[in-house]
Amino acid sequence: MAYAYFLGCIMNNRYPGVEKSTRVLMDKLGVELADMEGASCCPAPGVFGSFDKETWATIAARNITIAEDMGSDILTECNGCFGSLHEANDLLKEDEEFKSKVNGSLSEINREFQGSSNVRHFAEVLYNDVGLEKISEVLEKELNLNIAVHYGCHFLKPSDELQIDNPKKPKILDELVEITGAKSVDYADKMMCCGAGGGLRARDKAVTTSFTKEKLDNMTAAGVDAIVDVCPFCHMQFDVGQKEVNEQYGTDFAIPVLHLAQLYGLAMGLSPEECTLDKQIVDPTELMNKINAPKAEE
Amino acid sequence: MTLLNESDYLITEKDVDPEFKDLIMANGSESLAICYQCGTCSGACPSGRRTPYMIRRLVRKALMGLKDDIISDDALWMCTTCYECQERCPRDIKIVEIVKAVRNVAAKEGYMAKAHKMTGVYVAKTGHAVPINDATKSLRKEIGLDELPATTHSHPEALEEVQTLIKATGFDELIGYDWASGDLKE
Repeated sequence: MAYAYFLGCIMNNRYPGVEKSTRVLMDKLGVELADMEGASCCPAPGVFGSFDKETWATIAARNITIAEDMGSDILTECNGCFGSLHEANDLLKEDEEFKSKVNGSLSEINREFQGSSNVRHFAEVLYNDVGLEKISEVLEKELNLNIAVHYGCHFLKPSDELQIDNPKKPKILDELVEITGAKSVDYADKMMCCGAGGGLRARDKAVTTSFTKEKLDNMTAAGVDAIVDVCPFCHMQFDVGQKEVNEQYGTDFAIPVLHLAQLYGLAMGLSPEECTLDKQIVDPTELMNKINAPKAEE
Repeated sequence: MTLLNESDYLITEKDVDPEFKDLIMANGSESLAICYQCGTCSGACPSGRRTPYMIRRLVRKALMGLKDDIISDDALWMCTTCYECQERCPRDIKIVEIVKAVRNVAAKEGYMAKAHKMTGVYVAKTGHAVPINDATKSLRKEIGLDELPATTHSHPEALEEVQTLIKATGFDELIGYDWASGDLKE
């Protein structure tokens, strides 16, 4: 199994522990991740998709041609990149007229969109191609944690296009989390957006923060030790945004935020430093104490 | 004083752009035309619960051709593209595509927030909406990753390609990007 590894922006440029954990995990699983040399921003769907569809599709198409040249499918672990690249790929495969327009621009840099690669999400590849059993084999440590799973919006939706899981009551991430020994705790409005997407975070942070506050309230009511996401943008919203919620509402939320790759990182025995959890806004000390606590006698 | 023929409260022909609907249908979604205004979309919308954003009304106004009204409304930008409306629409209307198509028109008419333009600036300048910083560079090194990711950050020629595309589609003109200063004009 080999994939063209699409990094995007926020993961590699802000949360490198997600990339590190992913590389260690995939190496152990025997999945080859080949770098997409010279890839750019997907581009950011909220701004580029909203401002100019043609520019959005053209920059996305350039990224896809890098994977086409490698003869590989793309793997990304960001819902935003996944949404952008998957949608652009489908659109360009279906709409000949639009494709020739985009290819007109791409010809200026000697590239051509062929439509020969697929765009895949990390979590979906793990679930469908690798399988829970095989992942379990490389996890060394049982994580006795209660987890609030956050799917985010662009991993499963629009569901008629993506067809990964039921968008109203999915189980894919919960199952991926629970093989670590952790429990995925149900909470109110679990499928609700973190608030950052569509360019809203840049446009009106107070509104975005109010979304996040509602999510954190519901997670807290359910009693969780950490949040697990599969999108660096949601990840940043829960991490940096948690501080913003506390400032806007005078609250004292401190729920650690883990990308699924970081959760597996800890379960494989990587340190919080290797997962760069110590550099995130929310302090992971209490979480690590709970993970390292001797198991209570039954 | 009479209210006979009072038109301030009415939508009249002067408010309607007859070509707008077709534009949104062509660039967003054909399915715009079949909306029967049930309001399921607004019921599903997390932004509608906390802001003046009303997705049912936006779809109706797009269909009526009330272009100036909707493209100048700040609420247009309250959608997070979470797709809850679209997932529940009983008519399978691609609502998020409609929102994005309306936003594309708004942007062309100059309704763009500076913070959004800046995202474009960073991509034009570095290839990334969120470029690397010194703290992350040393952190990457510390945990055994390459200091710079294998993206446009490591490949100046790749950044030039992205810049060529931004010029080819006119995105630089759209946001007012100044190639000389690497910032917005003015």
